[in-house]
Amino acid sequence: MTASSLRWAKALPLSAKVGLAFVLFWLAIAIFGPMLAPYPVGAFVAYDVFDGMSAQHWLGSDYLGRDVLSRLLSGARYTVGLAAAAAMLASATGTALALTAAVGGAGVDEPLSRFMDTLISIPSKIFSLVLVAAFGSSLALLLLIAAVTYVPGNYRIARALAVNLAQMDYVQVARARGEGRFHLALREILPNMIHPLLADFGLRFVFIVLLLSGLSFLGLGVQPPDADLGSLVRENISGLGEGALAILMPAIAIATLTVGVNLLIDGLKGKRP
Amino acid sequence: MAGGSSTSGARAALMLTAKRFASSLLTLFLVSVVVFTIAQLLPGDAAQEALGQSATAEQVAALRHEMGLDRPAPERYASWLGGMVSGDPGQSMVANLPVSEVISSRLPNSLLLAALSALVAVPVALAIGIGSAMNRGGRLDRALNIATLSMVAVPEFLVATLAVLIFSVKLRWLPSIALVADDMSWGDYLRGAAMPILCLAVVVIAQMARMTRAAVIDQMDRPYVEMAVLKGVPPVRVVLRHIMPNAVAPIVNAMALSLSYLLGGAIIVETIFNYPGLASLMVNAVTSRDMPLLQACAMIFCAAYLILMLIADVTAILANPRLRAQ
Repeated sequence: MTASSLRWAKALPLSAKVGLAFVLFWLAIAIFGPMLAPYPVGAFVAYDVFDGMSAQHWLGSDYLGRDVLSRLLSGARYTVGLAAAAAMLASATGTALALTAAVGGAGVDEPLSRFMDTLISIPSKIFSLVLVAAFGSSLALLLLIAAVTYVPGNYRIARALAVNLAQMDYVQVARARGEGRFHLALREILPNMIHPLLADFGLRFVFIVLLLSGLSFLGLGVQPPDADLGSLVRENISGLGEGALAILMPAIAIATLTVGVNLLIDGLKGKRP
Repeated sequence: MAGGSSTSGARAALMLTAKRFASSLLTLFLVSVVVFTIAQLLPGDAAQEALGQSATAEQVAALRHEMGLDRPAPERYASWLGGMVSGDPGQSMVANLPVSEVISSRLPNSLLLAALSALVAVPVALAIGIGSAMNRGGRLDRALNIATLSMVAVPEFLVATLAVLIFSVKLRWLPSIALVADDMSWGDYLRGAAMPILCLAVVVIAQMARMTRAAVIDQMDRPYVEMAVLKGVPPVRVVLRHIMPNAVAPIVNAMALSLSYLLGGAIIVETIFNYPGLASLMVNAVTSRDMPLLQACAMIFCAAYLILMLIADVTAILANPRLRAQ
């Protein structure tokens, strides 16, 4: 298993290897980061605010004299965890609805597709702002809002794939054999659309990271005392004038995460003929 | 054959365009239903929210009546939609001014910002897109591919932060806050708005360049281009005389689609630079839960998005040679 995945990684183009390295790095940080943190997340440990790099504080201190590295390690867990959960929820919901539409006939497909087309015509940031205004922004709500915002995009792609596959001979044969709709959707159609769906999952993850950190940056996302990477940028915005590490580092962290996923997906796409 | 059939082709294109326009209107209507429904799902109601916990039941009931919250939802929807269409989307709860007044003071700023960003972004994106398409598979193309691919995924506030660090902290060329007033001269405005324009343009350029490259490459794979190359036409001439006339429509399509990224980008960029536009107004409306204002802003953004999509589709329809020449 490990040998074959090593061979798989070696065959990737260089840019995809860099992307894979970033992705694995941030996954590891999200899982183990808080254990590695040198100081408690909320503790005031430095005498100076917006300090530069030092041996005690590798990434300096923030606007209240807290350790930036420790806060970054904990913020990454919120960003990666929330976005991964929301992307999974969005993909699972979108794909389930798409399969329902593909095997359910025009009576199901048409109203559902019309509804999704409507939702997709609302720009995602605008949609999520309206949802946040109506419902608020606890962690659970943010997860739901991000998922709901990106269901229509996944539905559109999954439906196009599923409708094409439903016309294939082997699906028609299974239908003629008398298999039920469940069997058709889950055993015949779904296994053949997994690969493009995985690439789409990666893209949804990137969109959701950007959306959630954007919301947090506006003060409408993760609320204190919790902080994701976007909140870290927001709370240190007063350090912008002096070019503080406390504001640069979380912003760079988000960029390496999203760019990494994008490079990886792009490299995988190039591999298939 | 030529005369009669080309008019019927034009009629077919006109029909399709009209159909597409009607479908956009229907979508906009459905979007308004969605936006209204979500805004009504507010836990607790707006009257209670506005008066706070200490209000008596009579006060709340009186305000509910004044705000029309005691009427059934379909009726409120109809009167809201009628107001939106006739240019009077209600009263802003926080500013205590008509929403139309609040919006009309901000909308021109946002339109100007978007227009100037597009003016900067389009030529740069065209150059990058066409340049990398001509160099397909080469070093320049691969470098630009990775650069634009990365830029697409970078959060807007990193672009803005880096721009502030470079241009106002290190070089001290530009102010880090967009001070924009109505009576400013053009020079002052451009200086004040340079950073937001720059950041928005950067966000859009990456997307636009990628789509332009794809549109040009799609043409390069056609047999007529191969023919021209085999005839010995120089590469620059192939691009300018053979490819470009055919790629104009797909490129306009790509431009319209990627300009929609301006809408999302504006929300972050206007807020970070304190630019007095519609997007920062909408963020304020969310923070203060000013639902009438928020609904109106959301509908304007959705309408702008649908108009861009409509332009993209109509250029695709008009460019389809099967419709033109049938």
